[in-house]
Amino acid sequence: MRRTIFDDRLLPYLLLLPQLVVTAIFFLWPAAQALRASVERQDAFGLRTEFVWFENFTDLFADPLYLQAAWNTVIFSVCVTLIAMGLALLFAVLADREIRGRGVYRTLMIWPYAVAPAVAAVLWIFLFHPQIGLFGRMLNGAGVGWDYKLDGFQAMLVVILASAWKQVSYNFIFFLAGLQSIPRAVLEAAQIDGATPVRRFWTVVFPLLSPTTFFLLTVNIVYACFDTFGVIHALTQGGPGKATETLIYKVYVDGVVNLNLGSSSAQSVVLMAVVMLLTAIQFRYIERKVHY
Amino acid sequence: MNRRSLLAGATALVGAPALIRPAAAQARTEVQFWYGLGGQLGEVVESVIKAFNDSQDRYRVIGTFKGSYPETMQAAIASWRAGNAPHIVQMFEVGTGTMLGAGPAVKQVWQLFEETGVSVDTSQYLAGVRGYYSLPDGRLASMPFNSSTAIMWYNKDAFAKAGLDPDAPPKTWDEVIAAARKLKAANATAVPVTTSWPTWIQYEQYSAIHDLPFSTKANGFAGLDTELKINSPAHVKHTTRLMEMAKEGLFRYAGRDNAPDPLFPSGEAAIAFASAGLRGRVAQEAKFAWADAVLPYDPEIKADPINGVIGGASLWVMTAPSRKPEEYKAVAEFFRFLSQPEVDASWHQRTGYVPITQGGYELSRKQGYYEKNPGADVPIIQLTRGTMTDNSRGFRLGRFVEIRNIIQEELEKGLQGQQTAQQAMDNAVTRGNRVLREFERAQRT
Repeated sequence: MRRTIFDDRLLPYLLLLPQLVVTAIFFLWPAAQALRASVERQDAFGLRTEFVWFENFTDLFADPLYLQAAWNTVIFSVCVTLIAMGLALLFAVLADREIRGRGVYRTLMIWPYAVAPAVAAVLWIFLFHPQIGLFGRMLNGAGVGWDYKLDGFQAMLVVILASAWKQVSYNFIFFLAGLQSIPRAVLEAAQIDGATPVRRFWTVVFPLLSPTTFFLLTVNIVYACFDTFGVIHALTQGGPGKATETLIYKVYVDGVVNLNLGSSSAQSVVLMAVVMLLTAIQFRYIERKVHY
Repeated sequence: MNRRSLLAGATALVGAPALIRPAAAQARTEVQFWYGLGGQLGEVVESVIKAFNDSQDRYRVIGTFKGSYPETMQAAIASWRAGNAPHIVQMFEVGTGTMLGAGPAVKQVWQLFEETGVSVDTSQYLAGVRGYYSLPDGRLASMPFNSSTAIMWYNKDAFAKAGLDPDAPPKTWDEVIAAARKLKAANATAVPVTTSWPTWIQYEQYSAIHDLPFSTKANGFAGLDTELKINSPAHVKHTTRLMEMAKEGLFRYAGRDNAPDPLFPSGEAAIAFASAGLRGRVAQEAKFAWADAVLPYDPEIKADPINGVIGGASLWVMTAPSRKPEEYKAVAEFFRFLSQPEVDASWHQRTGYVPITQGGYELSRKQGYYEKNPGADVPIIQLTRGTMTDNSRGFRLGRFVEIRNIIQEELEKGLQGQQTAQQAMDNAVTRGNRVLREFERAQRT
């Protein structure tokens, strides 16, 4: 193999520069600012700043509402990830079979991914709003006391469904690609050995899909934790009470709405640490158990 | 005609106004005005701005709709921090405490008028309005603009259908419950009773008209060390009542802030507590006979309820590093324009907001507006009855937006059945006081 060697020592750095600049401006600088703001307390206009050491953090962990938001996030992420990945896998397996017009099914499955979060939320409002929503009215007509604007459990249900629905398409594409890359020979061998379709799926297909599953698990958890702001904002604004307030939504409420930058920054720093931890665990520990 | 002459003609057409425009634009000082009123109200704001721009040729006000009141406030603060705040921002009354603590970010209007030499007779503003936006010594901090109060809107057709007298709206809360039961029994509307602005109307206004303290230190006017008082027996009893009404299907909680507004004009709710500023919209959208009335009260707490508190918003002048004296002058001229009786009266009549100047009120009366529009004086009556006390002057709490949300959240948990009314109010007080202490501390450092 021929290796390209640059004589000029500067050129590689020059070529890397645009990416480094982008990283520095959009990632490192804001992160540093968040770190600084997390140990300060400031009024809304930034007129008076007080250095408070770790008071923002101690306040945070003493606040039952913060712990509740953390718990909400766990429930929310687990449900969204399970539903989005489970359904996507089911659909991918079904669409992978030899059926008439499967190209059409596949295309239709991918559509929701192109819908912006706010628009997705509006669609769900039209479905589940207690007064104007199609299903909302049906449920109320059937005697179910449906009002997600006042019932925390129902509100959580709606935001989970809306967020999961949006992510199904993405997972579907990857699962379908994963399924198609499984060698036919392996499946045929299992078939000749007399394995039923269900058994073939769990003993052959599913293990061979594990790299895809692992990748999607990471992507989905990150999606559920950080990318669902738009859906929650448009549907429930974290309410009723604080039933659908996740950690990322609380960062927004405290920072942007309540203009409490110290606490909001401290929360961002905590989230930053959580993401680093999650990534480390996933790549160091789980990845080793994945069959490639 | 060949192509070239066509082109030349087109260039001439396009070029001609372009040649004239820069000269005119240079002569006009531009002023950015951010406001938080959408829909019908936003259209009226734009027409007021247009009237000012047409009335002279030195200044041009450029209005921008910035979303809801809290969103407008957030945008203004963020833009000040970035060094490009608008000249004028419409700030709802709960932002007053925060803006008073904003030091160099704002130029209070007494200072604006002093520096620019523009004279506006601030004494012509109604006492309740002026008091809300003034410093303790009477100097005006922000320019009164749209003042409202909370009133009761009711659907006369629904009342008739339920066998209630459409001309005798319920006066007390007991009568509201009785009426709601009849409305529900007759299935007159989908929702018997609802409320917009749950905190503002059911706690702030409720406290004011019953002369109950919402918080200590004259609701914050007398000091930053104010503490919430809304877990008093009277407030808890009112909360319990709302919770019981909800359970019985008489009252529907339809969201925070002004989210429930559409329920009344659409005919879904028979009785709605909402801002007087809803009038323009109701007149435009409602396809039924309607009327308004003063808020109901509890005679056992106060036999003769006193004045309600104004809501709505005022205009704050913001600073920026590169702002020139001429720009402030333009702002002051715009304010003088707004203070004219004709402008005030027209604003009042087109929106439902109360007149804020004596002149605007008298002009409306002279024009026969109140005879032609029965009920249009309800908010004025409610704002001016009785003698104003420390409990009904207004509210000056720091980070009040956050506190309002806290109260709404705790009320929501109560209505869901997760906690009792007493717990809801106790939690609201504990959480609210923590915010007040943080604000106090930030102001002192």
